[in-house]
Amino acid sequence: MKLQLKGVTKRFGTFTANDQIDLTVQPGEIHALLGENGAGKSTLMNTIYGLHSPNEGEILLDDKRVTFDGPGDAVEAGIGMVHQHFMLIPVFSVTESVMLGYEPTKTAGMIDFAEARHRVQEISARFGFDVDPDAMIEDLPVGAQQRVEIIKALSRDARVLILDEPTAVLTPQETDELISIMRQLKEAGTSIVFITHKLREVRAIADKITVIRRGKIVGEALPESTETELASLMVGREVNLATQKEPATPGEIGFSVEGLTVVSGSGKVVLDNVSLSIARGEILCVAGVDGNGQTELAQAILGLRSAVAGTISLDGTNLRRMSVKERLNAGIGFVPEDRSTDGVIPAFSITENFVLDQYDQQPYSNGVAMRPSVMREAAVNQTSRFDVRLGTVDDPISTLSGGNQQKVVLAREMSRDIRLFLASQPTRGLDVGSIEFVHRTIIEERDKGTPCLIVSTELDEVSNLADRIAVMYRGVVVGIVPGDTNRDVLGLMMAGVPVEEAYTQAEQHHTILGEADEEAQA
Amino acid sequence: MSTQQTSDDARTPGGALKEAESRLHYAVRELSQASWVITLLSVLVALVVGALLILATNPQVQATMGYFFARPGDFFLTSFEVIRDAYSALFRGAVYDWQAATPQRAIRPITETLVNAVPLILAGLGIAIGFRSGMLNIGGQGQIILGATCAAFIGYAFQLPLGAHLLLALVGGALGGAIWGGIAGVLKAKTGANEVIVTIMLNNIALYLIAWLLRQQWFVQTGSNQPISASVDESARLFGILGTGFRLHAGILLAIAATIFVWWLLERSTLGFEMRAIGENPEAARTAGVNVPKATALVLIIGGALCGLGGAAHLLGTEYRLAAGIAGTLGFDAITVALLGRSRPLGTFLAGVLFGGLRAGGVLMQAQTGTPIDIVLVLQSVIVLLIAAPPLVRAIFFLPHPDGSPRVRRRRRLRDQQAAEAASEPAPTQEVSK
Repeated sequence: MKLQLKGVTKRFGTFTANDQIDLTVQPGEIHALLGENGAGKSTLMNTIYGLHSPNEGEILLDDKRVTFDGPGDAVEAGIGMVHQHFMLIPVFSVTESVMLGYEPTKTAGMIDFAEARHRVQEISARFGFDVDPDAMIEDLPVGAQQRVEIIKALSRDARVLILDEPTAVLTPQETDELISIMRQLKEAGTSIVFITHKLREVRAIADKITVIRRGKIVGEALPESTETELASLMVGREVNLATQKEPATPGEIGFSVEGLTVVSGSGKVVLDNVSLSIARGEILCVAGVDGNGQTELAQAILGLRSAVAGTISLDGTNLRRMSVKERLNAGIGFVPEDRSTDGVIPAFSITENFVLDQYDQQPYSNGVAMRPSVMREAAVNQTSRFDVRLGTVDDPISTLSGGNQQKVVLAREMSRDIRLFLASQPTRGLDVGSIEFVHRTIIEERDKGTPCLIVSTELDEVSNLADRIAVMYRGVVVGIVPGDTNRDVLGLMMAGVPVEEAYTQAEQHHTILGEADEEAQA
Repeated sequence: MSTQQTSDDARTPGGALKEAESRLHYAVRELSQASWVITLLSVLVALVVGALLILATNPQVQATMGYFFARPGDFFLTSFEVIRDAYSALFRGAVYDWQAATPQRAIRPITETLVNAVPLILAGLGIAIGFRSGMLNIGGQGQIILGATCAAFIGYAFQLPLGAHLLLALVGGALGGAIWGGIAGVLKAKTGANEVIVTIMLNNIALYLIAWLLRQQWFVQTGSNQPISASVDESARLFGILGTGFRLHAGILLAIAATIFVWWLLERSTLGFEMRAIGENPEAARTAGVNVPKATALVLIIGGALCGLGGAAHLLGTEYRLAAGIAGTLGFDAITVALLGRSRPLGTFLAGVLFGGLRAGGVLMQAQTGTPIDIVLVLQSVIVLLIAAPPLVRAIFFLPHPDGSPRVRRRRRLRDQQAAEAASEPAPTQEVSK
């Protein structure tokens, strides 16, 4: 089916999220919509899917004008969408999930399970999905859950399929499977729009690339364009994708974790006997698919979760029995994963956020009363050193962009003498310019001789920063490998394959993205 | 929701309660951030609503209604006079009585207003601290009762030198309130018990505790069966600061000092920083090393102490004897005062004075014009109702919404729609071109 947008504009209040968007997706085309976080990609897709109604412009399906009052209409018209966060119910079986909302019925409104099950099997077989219709959603790996979402869309005869950041939660190998599924769908004539901010994917998969920046279409590109070309189009200026860094000069061990085990509230082991050590002047990145214990590792190190066993030692002191405050005072600089809930207090001023975890320390207070003028002066100095774009430091931090908020957090953590820099997803949701800045700052901190532990699910970030990489899978460290390890190997390790086996398997099977990588290097 | 990311919390039955609690936090925050303009306009609207009620219940006005169509002028004139009389009596009873015989009596109303305001301000500050820290302390009533009870007992059962006696009675009162608030605080900190439910229950317990105590001879020390205690000694009373003829006592100095203290606590102290941080974002506070349970408990302990002090000042400065109704509706009025004062110390002080004035003026209004004092309750309620619903006030006064006016937006949307329709008209011709 041909999908065409003409002058689609969507405003929220005074903010224009999509400005005069023209887009044509031909039948059987894989069309990538590339843009930074906040560029307006998801808004545009939600408009197509009937979740928003456009202020201006029109949507044409096979040259017929359509208007949707809700997703129901869009589904009716043949549009399917797989959201970044899956809309599945954990305790449902695959069949139940697929038929939910569109249950085939027998006489007297009885649900026709056999028919529903048959339909799942039929679609699954047609595209070689390998999904058991009776499996429970919660037992399936993320990649399979995504396939269930795709089956769901196909079972409603979707002929335009929208995939919103489909690879965000996948290992490179799972991404590979997704790519082959997308190609099969394309063969069958389905049009695919897929949204992403990852450059290497677009180049490997898309037939056509549309780049969107600040709500406007800024250009179209062919998959033959280089990553640098795509990046500059996406950001609007020349960008340097790989951060320049000197080889590490590791000193003695500054921080180590030994046999750390953490059990969640529901009794599940979320960290299983994790051991790591980081030298001064070294960056250790923890890679892995989201939800494999990395968050818990960072929380346990800071003391937000208590460990049932193991030691956490910083310069030879065991931190395990200490409170969060004692650990911060012992020299942990922490950048949390979720900035808006854990990193800053939106209603507090920039100054107050700048001292958020040192408010009772010298020189900001004498322990009882705070010293507003000292706080303010330090905030002014450090925010300018970290190039935070702000009005005054007395404004609420919520008035800043995400990138600038993150810079305030970094300024806070790095403006004191720290013995360990611990950051979880330090660039999540940031624009390319801020990402460059954050990466440079982290490398500077390393060069000052601070051990750095960076948790990241973005392989690009990991290979940019890491001197060594620890890969986690289901709460276990699968292995620790050098920073320049091949992506295929990392991908296999992220799926739980032990180090040596991962190397041999990666030799035999290149992923599509891995190949694209090597071509780019050649 | 991704099944992969379903957190432990969301699956436990506590998840829903947590969500409800965070909504409550949001509501509290919204309330405490209402703008000054909204507050003033709410008072204005309340006065208008009050006027309408006065008209509706006034017999003279009702009489003119009977022949409204014959002589409508009568109705309007009478209405005007009734409202003028009622509100001027309210003003004369609360601020300055220009009809009084002596200058001393002319300024007495404002001092009466302040007398009423003392416990409201103190308790209001206690509640406001809770609001700023994201806690809805409904237990002002119980904390006031406990404060008054402790202060009273120390006041008449102990013989101490001047100064020390008063100090001990006040400290005792604060301690009583602190313990009552602390029960809720510690329970919340240790077990996560919802402070709203616990403090409401503690109000009832306080009510029955005082009823029981007043029947115990060792406690009341009066030798009679009346459920009322002995009178506190002179040495424990809050002394008058304007001499005879005035009831205004040193409690007002205490209220001023408490206002300054609470400002310092919230804006300048490290403890206040922690308290505000847990109020705005407990997760970030925890990540920043704040001991959240400790700060939670302290918020309700300090809030309780201020409410207890309010009860003590009321008893030691005005009532002198403990009776079952000692707290009246103070505990609930204090919540209103804190809301009206936007949980800011100065705002709470001014709101306390306003409510004290409404109460003082209401008495004169009832005595002179026969307007029921209950009108004052209506005024108070309408004020809070409107502050709780800023969009309503904005709608009444056609104020723009902070994020852009809904009217302008509606107009703009209409224009956009028309533009879109105009643009889509040539669409059929475009459709052909493929």
